[in-house]
Amino acid sequence: MDDLYRELIIDRYKNPQFRGELEPADISYHDDNPLCGDKIRIDLRVDENDIVTEAVFSGHGCSISLASADLVVESILGKTLDEVKEMDKEMVLELLGIELGPVRLKCALLSLKVLKAGVYGLGEGESSDDLVA
Amino acid sequence: MKAVTTHSNVLDPEKIRKDFPIFSKEIHPGVPLIYLDSAATSQKPLAVIEAMDAYYRHSNANIHRGIHALAEESTANYEASRQRIADFIGAAKSHEIIFTRNTTESINLVAHSWGRANLKSGDLIILTEMEHHSNLVPWQILTSEIDLRLEFIPVNAEGLLDLDEYKKLLTQNPRLVSFTFMSNVVGTINPAKEIIHLAHEAGALTLVDAAQAVPHFAVNVVDLDADFFAFSSHKMCGPTGLGVLFGKEALLDAMPPFLGGGDMIKRVKLRSFTTNDLPYKFEAGTPAIAEVIGLGAAVEYLDDIGMDTIAAHTKELTAYALERLEEVPGVWLFGPSIEHKAGVAAFTFEGVHPHDVSQILDRDGLAVRAGHHCAMPLHEKFDLPATTRASFYLYNEKQDVDRLIEGLYKVKEIFG
Repeated sequence: MDDLYRELIIDRYKNPQFRGELEPADISYHDDNPLCGDKIRIDLRVDENDIVTEAVFSGHGCSISLASADLVVESILGKTLDEVKEMDKEMVLELLGIELGPVRLKCALLSLKVLKAGVYGLGEGESSDDLVA
Repeated sequence: MKAVTTHSNVLDPEKIRKDFPIFSKEIHPGVPLIYLDSAATSQKPLAVIEAMDAYYRHSNANIHRGIHALAEESTANYEASRQRIADFIGAAKSHEIIFTRNTTESINLVAHSWGRANLKSGDLIILTEMEHHSNLVPWQILTSEIDLRLEFIPVNAEGLLDLDEYKKLLTQNPRLVSFTFMSNVVGTINPAKEIIHLAHEAGALTLVDAAQAVPHFAVNVVDLDADFFAFSSHKMCGPTGLGVLFGKEALLDAMPPFLGGGDMIKRVKLRSFTTNDLPYKFEAGTPAIAEVIGLGAAVEYLDDIGMDTIAAHTKELTAYALERLEEVPGVWLFGPSIEHKAGVAAFTFEGVHPHDVSQILDRDGLAVRAGHHCAMPLHEKFDLPATTRASFYLYNEKQDVDRLIEGLYKVKEIFG
């Protein structure tokens, strides 16, 4: 099978572990990729020390964007918000374990964009592109 | 370059493909290209590539300026192409053919020039829900300046325009009806002649976005009675960077210029200018000379094969594709049945995003389009974030469709 569609990605796409919504959430943010119509929302709960205790995602998209969202959300449990702010593109690619062309890279990074925009407290529609540069 | 039987009316795609150098390329090592994305842009035959090459090698000079022999040759070639293109769409006068950069610019030209000079606050423009962004955004921009009313002919569940609703809109005194002749997403061929006739009865002018139509079947702007008619070179075997706007002479004559500069003037003083005659009034600056010559060659190439032959071929192929796609479990076809369309099959695949479909097909050399195809409102209306689109042209054959279907079964295997 193609590297891009390694088992982990197909598995997380078909059987996501962290799909859902939190009501209420301490942090909730959503964004889309208008080019392909992918839409992702991430909800977080944090404790008094700003450590992420619960994290889930919802939305729709391709296997790369949804598998990436599932893996990104999993990876931040137990992290502090400051640590989340430090996350970058390389960390997401490492979670996915693949190399991506420029178009699919946008799919892979949508969840990180949403996550960081939420943690940084950006308003809706504010550009968050430089958060994943 | 006539590798085609012009008398039999049946097209041999295998022979045709020999006219297109790109098909000798391996898209991945050992994997030939199966190009199913002609609705985005068509491939280019050698005749077009050679015509442009010959222009640069042998007759490159700026047009309408020099007195020297080369400039005269270049001008003659450029104007001969204009005449050929006028004949191809049935325009009565070659100066009704304006060269632009693409369909988008042609529509913008009408919006900015005709629109600004003729429309006032509250005026109604009728568009349709199946428009490409290029026939939506120019009117939205104009609306932000003039406060126009935009209304849309609805698209029904079958992917056809609701003409009863259109007739209701026509009672509200529209100034312009601007619509696509053939949908780039679902392939619907709209009844352009009827739409134009009804618009004229209601006192409105018409603009036809013919970007998908002109490559696919014979058109005649006089028979249609279209007021404006826009299309792109690159979708009809011609080069990129060139579009065409046909406009009726009287309308174009009365319109103010769009872009200002050289070639569009008769004389210029420090604080004023006099506009040139048609078509030069709308062709400011040095135009895409090589591309115009390339499009002339493309039109000749298509003419030699015959537009009716091409139309019959793509229709047969599209019908076959729709039939085969229906066999694949999980495939849902978007758009009308074959009698209302040509050249395009748009679909979704249950549980698999179009990006993933497209990426997996690419491994087998299959080039299809995934996304909203520059028609976000149409996708939103049917609650589809994106679709996969396979589009067909003269160089495609049934085996290409068979490979597509095999590819889709592989998608199913991976995501099943």
